[in-house]
Amino acid sequence: MSDHTNKQFDAEMESIRSGVLSMGGVVEQQLTRAISALEKEDDAQLLDAVGENEVAINNLQITIDQQCAQIIAKRQPAAVDLRMILTVSKIVNDLERIGDEVKKIAYKAPETYGNARLARVRYYDATQALGNAMSMLRLALDAFARLDVAAAAEVIDRDTAIDAAFASILRQLVSYMMEDPRTITPALEIVFIAKSIERIGDHAKNIAEAVVQVVKGKDVRHASAQEIRAEIAQP
Amino acid sequence: MNLQISMPPVDTAADRATRKAQADAAPKMSIRNLDFHYGSFQALKHVSFDIAERDVTAFIGPSGCGKSTLLRTLNRMYSLYPNQRAAGEILFNRQNILDPKTDLNLLRAKIGMVFQKPTPFPMSIYDNIAFGVRLYERLSQRDMDERVEWALTKAAMWDEAKDKLKQSGMALSGGQQQRLCIARAVSVKPEVLLLDEPTSALDPISTAKIEELISELKADYTIAIVTHNMQQAARVSDRTAYMYLGEVIEFGETDQIFLRPARKETEDYITGRFG
Repeated sequence: MSDHTNKQFDAEMESIRSGVLSMGGVVEQQLTRAISALEKEDDAQLLDAVGENEVAINNLQITIDQQCAQIIAKRQPAAVDLRMILTVSKIVNDLERIGDEVKKIAYKAPETYGNARLARVRYYDATQALGNAMSMLRLALDAFARLDVAAAAEVIDRDTAIDAAFASILRQLVSYMMEDPRTITPALEIVFIAKSIERIGDHAKNIAEAVVQVVKGKDVRHASAQEIRAEIAQP
Repeated sequence: MNLQISMPPVDTAADRATRKAQADAAPKMSIRNLDFHYGSFQALKHVSFDIAERDVTAFIGPSGCGKSTLLRTLNRMYSLYPNQRAAGEILFNRQNILDPKTDLNLLRAKIGMVFQKPTPFPMSIYDNIAFGVRLYERLSQRDMDERVEWALTKAAMWDEAKDKLKQSGMALSGGQQQRLCIARAVSVKPEVLLLDEPTSALDPISTAKIEELISELKADYTIAIVTHNMQQAARVSDRTAYMYLGEVIEFGETDQIFLRPARKETEDYITGRFG
């Protein structure tokens, strides 16, 4: 996309765009911490760091949203600029929600510590699903940075795998709970953790759909994967 | 307690499609392969599109793109000047108005025009309107009074003007003068109104009043508007033609043009990436 006649407008657009990417960076950092909270059982400083970053994420959401409102008020953007600003505002919202889910995971993880029977689900299945959700988010942010609809389509495809992982974790936990009612309390915590992971996948998918809307001008929310691929294939 | 929530009427894609289909079936004016020359300079090149009835059609584009020229061909205003000529067809009610036999006075009564700078006649508010009507109709004093009131009401001027009909039109504010000119154009009951940058000399409040007026007049008239203010085109028009160097680059539903233009040139212009 060529430059605006008004260079200040370009600078403002670049500022919200890079704001999203740095906010995404902070959220990814949080995800790494949540993964280690699931893997390790003895990191006392971890939760403090998660709490601090959560505040930073919330502040970024407000700042970037304000910048979007200011650009709309001052510049009356149209077409691709308008779509970009609306999208940034949506993505910032999704990133903040991912931040909330990550915080929940990190804070809930210790509640599940010490139960040897559930450790496998937590160590392997939940950690792996969260790792997948994180790579989905990274790819979605990449797609946004490069306005790459092919990458966005891949993110949308990958959401199914996260949903399947959630269903599988749930099945395993249900059998543990039936075998031994003492596992119910920690198992329920893992259910919440798995649900949060599934939500992170959904938010990453929202971000990818928003990228398609910026580039193609077509709202692909609620469309099937097949419809989205057809839309992306159009020049 | 009635908990039913009433939703505002939503202009759905289906509504727009129906409207478009109706409008396409019977356009008010059809421009076909229109070329226009100022001497040896070609200002319009093969312009073709339809102006739908009771729609607002906006022409946008950078200075010199031919949008005012196009508007001025729609009521043969150019015929006042030597060395200006148009070729092609402009069908108005199925008649080609470029035909030399066209009665220009009658044509301009059917297709009224309002200019960028308000042009009240140096006479009273009442006579500003009655003057045009007298050219085409012989009305009794009472009918003329009624017509003046009707035209001023249409132009959202009656409340402000009713107590000073005998005062000079030149003494009004810029915004009022412009609405007086719209009342004058409306008074002869035209079918089409051509507005050539009607608000570029006005303050924001007068501009808002004129824009409001345009959306009200749309119920009875077909309107074509030239504007430099892209946001104004986005606000008031149903369809937009983006012109550049005498050609229509893109013509389509305003909602589509401003959200998802099909041509990159249009996108560059409306997003301020031009030149």
